Amino acid sequence: MTYFRDVGALARKDLLLELRARDTLPAMLLFVVATFVVFHFSLPAHPSKLAASGLLWVAILFTALLGLGRAFVPEREQRVFDGLVLAPCDRSAIWLGKSLATLAFLVAAQVVALPVYALFFRPLSGAAVLGVALADLGICAVGTFLGAMAVATRARELLLPLMFLPLAIPIVVGGVGAGVADSPGRYLGFLGLYDLLFAVICWAAFEYVVAE
Amino acid sequence: MLTARRLGKRYGEKRVLRRLDLELPRGGFLVVTGPNGAGKTTLLRICAGLAQPTEGTIERGVSRGQVGYLGHEPLVYRELTALENLELYARLYRVAEGRERIGMLLERFGLWDVRHERVASYSRGMTQRLALCRVLLHEPELLVLDEPYSALDEAGAELLDAQLAELRGERTFLLATHDPAHVESLQSGRLALVA
Repeated sequence: MTYFRDVGALARKDLLLELRARDTLPAMLLFVVATFVVFHFSLPAHPSKLAASGLLWVAILFTALLGLGRAFVPEREQRVFDGLVLAPCDRSAIWLGKSLATLAFLVAAQVVALPVYALFFRPLSGAAVLGVALADLGICAVGTFLGAMAVATRARELLLPLMFLPLAIPIVVGGVGAGVADSPGRYLGFLGLYDLLFAVICWAAFEYVVAE
Repeated sequence: MLTARRLGKRYGEKRVLRRLDLELPRGGFLVVTGPNGAGKTTLLRICAGLAQPTEGTIERGVSRGQVGYLGHEPLVYRELTALENLELYARLYRVAEGRERIGMLLERFGLWDVRHERVASYSRGMTQRLALCRVLLHEPELLVLDEPYSALDEAGAELLDAQLAELRGERTFLLATHDPAHVESLQSGRLALVA
């Protein structure tokens, strides 16, 4: 119970910081809508279902990268990480709290982005939306973990996409499959398995990421 | 409380600390001096558990939650208020009766009236006072203080002097400073590092 209270306090802190600084969510919203507008005018009218689904996932991944890249900025700027890692609480609570906050930003961006996508391209099926929701969990779990690794380096803006995008390929495969396949169940199952596997790995390994 | 044997630290090719032996008993007050680049901050980060030595060993007689670390940065969120920052730390550091303790520290360091203001609006001196509140919040056994007097005005320095004097003997101190005269009457030993 104490663990989840720590997670709640850390996630609440991130939401409060965003509410006041408005550094991340407006940028994510502008980026994802602008991406759809650019795709709308640069692609031929009525792209295939597969092509339209592909560009949805390009937009989702790069919007998520924008949020993930900023996730640890407050900790980096004031070196607050030092204060957090010395705390006697389980260090994985830092990862889980940050992942939940990043998930909230990503979902908020998608609440606007998905209707815009449907307006410009094609309506989304229930399976596609479920695929996006499952993918968000994996994106935030893996991305937050890698963000904590990247933030300690000088080339963090470069390192995060370099590490994250290869690990996000299964998410794209599952997400596109869930959106276009006639029987999306196995793709949704694949995304669920990815989430579970990587969440456990990130949760267990975060302790070693924040140690010097 | 702290025992270091043949401690060394390298950052790539650059050697920052070399074969340093250190013994700090419980209740001791060790002052670390030395010019810029001598390795004071590196030594303090290793002693606090925030960095690992590349050579030698260090033994700490306390768990990480019993360390109070004051670095060059205040380790607080600029967009949160003083109260919100301390409440977060009180939660994470398992401070019993956190609200009372926070109120007492904010009063003592003259921040009670500005507790609802964001840290971004504070002067450097006020931020340093808040950082000291954060360090003392969980009543740590080992206090690792890197230039605690920096940015403090005369009144702030007097407050810190009084706090250190009160805790002297009860807690263990490792303090780095360019101005050892401030803590001359408190110190139990001095370690002078050379660049």
